[in-house]
Amino acid sequence: MVEVAGLTRFYGDFSALSDVSFGIAEGEIVGLLGLNGAGKSTTLKILAGTLTPSRGSVTIAGVDARANPEALRSRIGYLPEEPPLYRDMTVTAYLRHAGRLKGMPAARVESRIPEVVRLADLEGREEQVIGTLSHGYKKRVGIAQAIIHDPKLVILDEPISGLDPAQIVEMRRVIRGLATGRAVILSSHILGEISQTCDRIVVIHDGKLVAQGTEAELHQGGSHKLVVTTRGEPERLTSWLEAHSLVTGVRRLDAEEGLASAVVSMTTDERERLIADLVGAGFAIRLVEDPEDELEEIFLALTKQEAT
Amino acid sequence: MTALTIARRDLAAYLHGYSAYIIIAAILFLQGLMFNAWVLGASSARYSHEVLEQFFYLDGGFAMAAAILLTMRSIAEERANGTEVLLRTSTASDGQIVLGKWLAAMAMIAILTALTIYMPALIMVNGKVALAHVVVGYVGVLCLAGATTAIGVLGSAMFRFQLAAGIFSTVLTITLVVMWILSEITDPPFADLASYMAIWNMHFTPFQEGRLTLSSLVYYSTVTTAFLYLATRILEARRWE
Repeated sequence: MVEVAGLTRFYGDFSALSDVSFGIAEGEIVGLLGLNGAGKSTTLKILAGTLTPSRGSVTIAGVDARANPEALRSRIGYLPEEPPLYRDMTVTAYLRHAGRLKGMPAARVESRIPEVVRLADLEGREEQVIGTLSHGYKKRVGIAQAIIHDPKLVILDEPISGLDPAQIVEMRRVIRGLATGRAVILSSHILGEISQTCDRIVVIHDGKLVAQGTEAELHQGGSHKLVVTTRGEPERLTSWLEAHSLVTGVRRLDAEEGLASAVVSMTTDERERLIADLVGAGFAIRLVEDPEDELEEIFLALTKQEAT
Repeated sequence: MTALTIARRDLAAYLHGYSAYIIIAAILFLQGLMFNAWVLGASSARYSHEVLEQFFYLDGGFAMAAAILLTMRSIAEERANGTEVLLRTSTASDGQIVLGKWLAAMAMIAILTALTIYMPALIMVNGKVALAHVVVGYVGVLCLAGATTAIGVLGSAMFRFQLAAGIFSTVLTITLVVMWILSEITDPPFADLASYMAIWNMHFTPFQEGRLTLSSLVYYSTVTTAFLYLATRILEARRWE
């Protein structure tokens, strides 16, 4: 559905994006992950057609961005971090305007508005003036304008920024619903959000693509981690783990009185054997779990590798 | 046509907001004041067509001022509010965006111009003027305003801030107005060139006098097209920023 090949972008002599290539299949939600200034927004702006790449190509549903930019724009829907809303318009009037701007015939716009109102969960707000809507609803109107013309690719820049927890849950549901029949790419600085919403992750660091794949695939590229909590002295647990042949790293965690807890890193996924060895060594295991910040660990490892 | 969609939205924004009303009211007030004091209040006796010429002289100037005040917000405000993204990710070409902005401002100028009709009517009541003179004079005012609106759209495309856009457009317009002074102090062929480039003197005077000349129509069409083209190029260039 979407092919990005060798995307490069210079701002003067500064290379904001260097030879980035990835693809997005129909029905797939891809998360763009990177630190501030990594090149996420530049990538999204190029995909949206508001910025021209210095080199490389973007093809969406067979249409090349350079050869036919206006046709390409009819195939994309873009929600920037701050939704492009006219505060004086009602939701319906705004969506009608957005549809006409995307080149839709008037009759098609009218029949499409109820569909996107439902998809973006805006029922009951159709005649409300946009300026009076809450931040969460404004984001939804932004999403509705991005999909009014039934695009092949939906681009969402930080779609959950500024939303409260209840709105985040709703937005996650809305985004999941968008992927039917189209590709979705979103950027977020909230790693947990990427992890929960996206099928695949593209990691960009210093303008370069450093990794891409599912969370599990990215995990395999790095170390395997687990959190072990046992009864007993923390020192005993950490020194035993450090001496174990499978273990490449141990990080002690704070635990309740009488308990010891640590994050354990291994190059191969042999968690069952490690736990069996712990039991064999006389440790009373209280809890074994995945680290909460697993994606964060992967991300930091990837960006650190790239930097060194 | 997408340009009309953009124009319709902009026109609605002008009509629903208060700034356009303030601009139009202020211009009508000042123009009415000057019309009474300067055009109708002259001490010497004059023919009605001379009074009408003076009215169009005034009306042309005020239409230019209105064009700059109305257009300084057009693209600059979209940029400042972040709504420009909606236009730039639409299927509208940059040329259509510029054309839509120009059409909306011109619709407002047309409303303003229509509201000045009572002034020639007053001259007609107190004297005798040819209707054709009135029509041609208004065509001239709209041509002049069209060119100035194009300059205003260019300024608005260049700057994020309305004030900067307004200052740029004002300076560029005044430069084009005073070109005729340059023509008087330079030698040919520069004098001829400066005289031809002047936005007012050589090209607007025939309209003021009720004469419809093809060369003036061509001049205003060319100036309008050239500045709209430049504004389009500015928007295109921003995709490379």
